[in-house]
Amino acid sequence: MTQDYIFGFNTLYNFFFEIITNTINSTIVSWILPNFSFNPGWIAYILSALTISFLIFNAALMGAAVYTWFERRIMAKFQGRYGPNRWGPFGLLQPIADGIKSITKEDIIPTGADRVVFTIAPIVMMIPGLLVFAFIPGHINSMLGKINVGIAFVFGVTGMNTIAVIMAGWASRNKYAMFGAMRSAAMLITYEVPMALAIAGVILLSGSMSFNGIIEAQKIPFIVTQPIAFLVYMICATAEMSRAPFDMIEAESELGGGYHTEYSGMKFAILQISEFMAPIVQSALCVVLFLGGFNGPDFIPGILWISLKIVLVLFILLWTRSTWPRLRVDQIMELAWKYLLPLALLNILLIATEMTIFDITQSTSLWIMGIINWATILFILAFLSLFKNFNKKTVQQKY
Amino acid sequence: MFGFGLLKALWVTIKNFILPSRFNAYQYPDRKLDPVSLAQKEQKNFFLFILQSPIKVLKSLMGLISNKEYVPRNPRFRGQDFKWYIERCTGCASCAKYCPLGIIEIQTSSSHDRVTEGEKYNIDVFDIDIGRCMFCGLCVEACPYDALHMGSGFEEATYSRNNLIINVETLKSAPKKPSTWFRPQLEAQGYNPQKDKEVPWNEVGRHVTLNKTEQGNRWIRKS
Amino acid sequence: MPIKTEPTIINLGPQHPSTHGVFRLRVSFDGEKVINVEPVFGYLHRGTEKLAEERTFTQIVTLTDRLDYESSMTNNLAYVEAVELLANVSVPERAQYLRVLVSELQRIASHLIFTGFFLQELGVFGTLLMYCFRERENVLDLFEMLCGARITVSYMRPGGVTQDAPPEFWKNLDDLLNKLPQLLDDLENLITDNEIVLARTKNIGILSPQKAIDSSVTGPILRASGIEWDIRKANPYEAYDKMDFNIPTGSNGDCFDRYLVRIKEIRESINIIKQCIKSIPKKGPIKNSEVPFFLRPESGEVYSSIESPRGELGFYLVSDGGIAPYRCKIRSPSFINLTVLKPLLIGWKMSDLVVIFGSLAVNMGEVDR
Repeated sequence: MTQDYIFGFNTLYNFFFEIITNTINSTIVSWILPNFSFNPGWIAYILSALTISFLIFNAALMGAAVYTWFERRIMAKFQGRYGPNRWGPFGLLQPIADGIKSITKEDIIPTGADRVVFTIAPIVMMIPGLLVFAFIPGHINSMLGKINVGIAFVFGVTGMNTIAVIMAGWASRNKYAMFGAMRSAAMLITYEVPMALAIAGVILLSGSMSFNGIIEAQKIPFIVTQPIAFLVYMICATAEMSRAPFDMIEAESELGGGYHTEYSGMKFAILQISEFMAPIVQSALCVVLFLGGFNGPDFIPGILWISLKIVLVLFILLWTRSTWPRLRVDQIMELAWKYLLPLALLNILLIATEMTIFDITQSTSLWIMGIINWATILFILAFLSLFKNFNKKTVQQKY
Repeated sequence: MFGFGLLKALWVTIKNFILPSRFNAYQYPDRKLDPVSLAQKEQKNFFLFILQSPIKVLKSLMGLISNKEYVPRNPRFRGQDFKWYIERCTGCASCAKYCPLGIIEIQTSSSHDRVTEGEKYNIDVFDIDIGRCMFCGLCVEACPYDALHMGSGFEEATYSRNNLIINVETLKSAPKKPSTWFRPQLEAQGYNPQKDKEVPWNEVGRHVTLNKTEQGNRWIRKS
Repeated sequence: MPIKTEPTIINLGPQHPSTHGVFRLRVSFDGEKVINVEPVFGYLHRGTEKLAEERTFTQIVTLTDRLDYESSMTNNLAYVEAVELLANVSVPERAQYLRVLVSELQRIASHLIFTGFFLQELGVFGTLLMYCFRERENVLDLFEMLCGARITVSYMRPGGVTQDAPPEFWKNLDDLLNKLPQLLDDLENLITDNEIVLARTKNIGILSPQKAIDSSVTGPILRASGIEWDIRKANPYEAYDKMDFNIPTGSNGDCFDRYLVRIKEIRESINIIKQCIKSIPKKGPIKNSEVPFFLRPESGEVYSSIESPRGELGFYLVSDGGIAPYRCKIRSPSFINLTVLKPLLIGWKMSDLVVIFGSLAVNMGEVDR
């Protein structure tokens, strides 16, 4: 039991352990059961686990709630509107009002729907986001859960989203929902591939799969040294959280909501919260992987640095969301397989070769790497602009 | 370069995000006040205001204090709540005849009052079914004596359709603030129904009110 | 053994975010691909043509406001033109210029709505719609200043217009005309070079010129297919023969061209309005005072059409000498333009369906009448 975290599982465990040994064991237990040899370890274990899950759950919900307000305000500002401003200062209590509204709403399950799956789907949707929250490091010494294969874990867990969407879409017994679910099955699985390959570059350079290790390796943020990986990762992340320009799962104008067309009341609210949690999770991952996590000048604590960076990434996501239209289904697939996958592979190749040539412990060689990679990405974009023939192949007929 | 159009689009939206001149939204029907603007409204120093009335500051922080805002409308706005001058109305029912929907009902009875030019009629029923009215303004256009005018209200929802029928009493008691739609004489005065006072019946007509001698000059036959 | 598959049949509408009102498309999908389309309409049928037979010629003006509620002014103009032709009524010159001015303003407003909803259907949720509505609001303010209503204007009467413009109207009009080109530049920066928009709209839903003529499509859709046909030039009404303007045409006939033609038309409209302001007679009557309210044209029939924002809007009136028309038939551009919908859609994806239908810019109030 080393004290390597300010706040974490071990600290909590020790805290509870001490309390139990000092108070309960000495007085009450020995009085009731004088011959019982009492081991406070498992009680402390359960207590600390419960505390942590309680904290994570509430922090995640609060984060999602505040994010709904943030998103609505920022989107409104982009569109020249006010956004929610009725409840509380600057409309900050709007999420609470929304919650009350969703709770009091009738919970409709459509006729012929698979009731069990229909009910489970929101819960399945929610769990991955909550689990990922536990492993985002706020500071070098403060994280709730710590595992040395953080990235692998996060990828394994977020893959569950697809299953939840398919469950929701299939159980609704609605064709729009089914369309959305089928699209998500195709898209989310497709985008896992370039995303994982983009992160392979990060793992190569940092030599670690734990978040702390990656952040410590970023003397210079990886956005400078591996812009290709960053670009591919950001595109895949927007696709994973199904936001514009890849929001064809919901596709307001086509499907009228996609997989959550039939949901109402609190189930819909849970789906929405988990949907709003996805951008926070993805941008936190982006910050950890590419923007140096909690690194920054020391006058601000690390937890604030990481929050600031997350807000910045969220703002950029909202900015693109309010500006760019949606791509078509086949175009999204085309983008993943024809452009992002080769780019990610190219990134791995570049990083690997550069690592053999340069000494990556020195910052000058990292800067040189960065310059080479930025030149490559600009060259690729210029090369792509030669092929600006939109839809030439997809012209099926001319009426 | 590929992607340049996307960046240009981003530039446009961020311009709209930052520039206050691009922000163009009215708060309806009221505006929430933050503590600074509340202090400005009460014409006090902001710090003094915090010390003097902390409850108000708290309330405004909670978003509980709002300011009724004037919804700007033009004087010609054709709105609800017809303005009718009984002094000018002769009960000719031109408005009822011109109405495309036939929602105006007028019943007159003889009053046995002989005025100089003919008999004056009592107007017993003057019903306008606002629930079906489409505010085209044809009745106002038709009125030969400028007795009927459009109003300028617009938020008069009720719980029952029966409440939407305007009868003589409501018409009589309504504040006389006519819209200037199809009333150039009011427009010439620069009248604005949202801001200005009520207009008496003898000032809304397009005809000039004559004094006794002028009337005599007009009507008495000179040979 | 091959797997037996069946097409998915989906009812898009009558309540659907991108059907522009209450329109229903019964679509058969093979995966995401459209294999059959069956348009169903009539949900907004209010019997305007039949109602017109019981109204006097002046009262029908209020009905025409409700036809295409995004461009009431041009509806008024089309109807009033027909009545004037039927009753042989002349219009004062100032009224003619005012009519041209307001109908061009209406064209701007209507095309702005189109642009906003076009991007909405492509997936930008609300941003461009809000920008376009912000500018359209200024046009509607001008209408309110002019005739007291923003959408149901009822501004025109047989033989002229109801009221002259107040002095502040001209000032606000100048402000709007100074501000609009900047907005249009913004729109073009946002849309015209945007790679995603190009990928979604270029070469999508191509309507060849021959097919466009065969199915009697009019308006911006016809012009996007490359045919230079505009009733304002071909058969000038009101003061259009004194105006100098171009007819923008597209080259390809795809969704992108339909958008581009409309944006160019807004620029041309600004141009026309500026000429109007320059050459409008400073004073003069705005209504032919000989026209009575209960107009009784001699018995006969007449067809007259104008270029509304959506195409050729025509009124066919038959009079039997009474105060109401014996028959009033409306040739609405949206309805005729819908005829190309089915062949345009088949073979495209679901996302393209929404874009192609949006680019036709039909208005259900006009389709169902």
